[in-house]
Amino acid sequence: MDFIIILQAGVASGTVLLFATLGELLAERSGVLNLGVEGMMLIGAMTGFSVAIKTGNPWMGLLAAMLFAGVISQIHAFIVITLHADQVVSGLALTFLGTGISLVLGEGLSKAGTVALLPNFSIPLLSMIPILGPIFFTNQSILVYIGYLLTPLAWYYINRTRPGLHLRAVGEYPSAADALGINVFLTRYIYVFVGGMLAGLGGATISLAVAPGWFSELTTGGQGWIAVGLVIFAQWDPVRAAVGSYAFGALRRLILDIQGPTILFGAANPFYYNPYWGFFLQMLPYAFTVIVLVIGSREAIRKRLGAPAALGNPYIRGERGK
Amino acid sequence: MSETDNLPSGRSRIHSLEMRGITKRFPGVLASDHVNFDVKAGEVHALLGENGAGKSTLMKILYGLYHPDEGEILINGKPVRISSPTDSINLGIGMIHQHFMLVPTLTVAENVALGLPSSRGLLTDLDVVSKRIVDLADIYGLRLDPSAYVWQLSVGQQQRIEIIKALYRGAALLILDEPTAVLTPQEVDELFVIMRQMTKDGHGLVFISHKLHEVVEICNRVSVLRDGKMIGTRPTSETTKQDLANWMVGREVGFAPDRGNVQRGEIRLKLEDVKCGSDRGTPGLRGVSLDIHAGEILGIAGVSGNGQRELAEAVTGLRKVISGKVTLEGGEITNLQPAEITERLLSYIPEERMKDGMIKDFTVAENLILREHHKPPYSNYGFLNLKNISANADMLIKKFRVKTPSQETMAKNLSGGNIQKIVLAREISRTPRVIIAAQPTRGLDIGATEYVREQLLEQRKLGTAIILISEDLDEIFALSDRIAVLYEGSVMDIVPRASATPQKLGMLMAGVHPENA
Repeated sequence: MDFIIILQAGVASGTVLLFATLGELLAERSGVLNLGVEGMMLIGAMTGFSVAIKTGNPWMGLLAAMLFAGVISQIHAFIVITLHADQVVSGLALTFLGTGISLVLGEGLSKAGTVALLPNFSIPLLSMIPILGPIFFTNQSILVYIGYLLTPLAWYYINRTRPGLHLRAVGEYPSAADALGINVFLTRYIYVFVGGMLAGLGGATISLAVAPGWFSELTTGGQGWIAVGLVIFAQWDPVRAAVGSYAFGALRRLILDIQGPTILFGAANPFYYNPYWGFFLQMLPYAFTVIVLVIGSREAIRKRLGAPAALGNPYIRGERGK
Repeated sequence: MSETDNLPSGRSRIHSLEMRGITKRFPGVLASDHVNFDVKAGEVHALLGENGAGKSTLMKILYGLYHPDEGEILINGKPVRISSPTDSINLGIGMIHQHFMLVPTLTVAENVALGLPSSRGLLTDLDVVSKRIVDLADIYGLRLDPSAYVWQLSVGQQQRIEIIKALYRGAALLILDEPTAVLTPQEVDELFVIMRQMTKDGHGLVFISHKLHEVVEICNRVSVLRDGKMIGTRPTSETTKQDLANWMVGREVGFAPDRGNVQRGEIRLKLEDVKCGSDRGTPGLRGVSLDIHAGEILGIAGVSGNGQRELAEAVTGLRKVISGKVTLEGGEITNLQPAEITERLLSYIPEERMKDGMIKDFTVAENLILREHHKPPYSNYGFLNLKNISANADMLIKKFRVKTPSQETMAKNLSGGNIQKIVLAREISRTPRVIIAAQPTRGLDIGATEYVREQLLEQRKLGTAIILISEDLDEIFALSDRIAVLYEGSVMDIVPRASATPQKLGMLMAGVHPENA
């Protein structure tokens, strides 16, 4: 096992989580919880792969993936923003819907052949840095580099721009924003859409770059749920979300790779010889997600973690207080 | 001063604003019935009325949140169209909402900048905004630090942000919706100084309040609304508090309820160094000791969020007491289950009556037996005795004068005053030994308030020990025998009513001991 290679693959794998997490983070900062990330990622993975095969152009696939996932997210937006329905229920339904659609439309896609992938390249100079160079800047997909740019951009957007200020106000105290002429409904629709597009991008990152191909629901394998957990873990901060995403990406790779060799640190590798140990390892990220979600669902704790105050609450004009 | 004089903020004046024949119908209700109302530059015009009289409807029309079915609005004699808050802001009308419209996690400058175009396009221009805030604050005598976070500021300071926000947007005319409801007496005085300065500078102000003495003190003219109709407009100098109250309610109102002479008895409820947490994880009560005697009303004064809610919840068993002791008639009740405490005849009138005081989707009759539903005469062997439940409802509805179409009506369809009567009827009819009444008249109109206060005094006469938690100092003064002031979870002092003054309580509420000031 070469840790540099594991970490390098981990960064690529973490990019998938990064896109989905940032998308969910933006939607939640506007006050809308969207548990449909997993479904939207599957839609993105399926669409991206399918369109890339049909057109021979992975960029077209990427674009289609983002658009389709964005459009699907608007079902959730309509149900919770306009109809004021419960966000948890609607988000769960969206995951089922997304999974279903992608399985039906993706039927036979796993045997459809190979697809032109998005380019991988190294960054001159930066890739020469010892340790960091090979991990972060050598032979990575262009999407990985886009991920590097997106994180500071998202932070700057949320904290330093006027629309970002409006986003925060809408998520914290929508009636105050409304009273000042900010369109709360439109703002939320937009960020749910952006969240959907980023989840779609995350899905397409798998099927077009990190682990190319379509493997039905195993393509994402629950990473959408990890993204939801990561948003809480990141306390709704893009930079922390990036750290969490890459850490989880690396963990994912480590768990896969540690089951490979027969000898580990000079002894027989238990993860190779005993499959249960391997299953246990594979479970860990999801167990972590469950724990974070359970802890994060307590309102008092959420408040302390800095959750947007209006998260989960429909905004109804004319109602007092929140 | 000439007609074209500008305000100090640089904005031109609204010499007069006139609402003519404003009519607004909601399904089944005529919320505003051909109402005329006007404000002039340089005056404070009070708008008085009971809940549902149409004050907020009228002001929401002026602020562009509702559209009138009939009538017109004129500014400086010219008709204007106001179809959204943006229109009204552009015309120079500002509104200070009763519930502050501030985002707690943002700074003062960020809150002011919200919704405005930035001079730097997509980027924020908070330094520019901050400079203008400081300028405005200087002109109007409002002290504010633009870089402070809203959650760090006191209620009075937050209100100043709201005023700055309106001035920043060029407000020449301001609507203040119950601006004093949440302030300490000192903060009210400071607000009045600001208001006087603003009228002197040529702003027009609309002042909405229930507190008649404030109306008499600060306003030039007063208009009274009742049932959607404008009853009349008078100069304040020609009215008294009593006139205004009678005018609002439409009948003679008793002002100072008769307290009678009640001998206070033994200690009923005792708190010894009680500590508990709050929802935010910070300390809620930091060691509170209180004695409440039979036949006594102990008023708990304080600015909202200083431990009042935690106090009520710690005593009623709804919040875990970390340390200390609560005893009811000699028996310890610390951390007992709420049901066990209820059994010992402690009654609770919760602050959030819609949420904690009743079940919205239950009928009036069902809500009236919530505390006793599990035992005879209302149930036997697990079966409800509908006949007794119904008889109980009939009796209580009559006795407490609850206005409801029937006892089968869903509680949520009743008005706030009638809901409170149901809670009161349920809690009082079980002949409690101790009553915890939290904000019992908040949001109620004068008539219902009067009724609730009479009932509490009646209970006091019967020898019940009562804790009255209220942010309304008038109420504290009208009912209490002794007054305890809570500040940041501690009792600052306990003063007999006779030696308490609003000034003294105000200082205690702000965390200052008058002797040390």
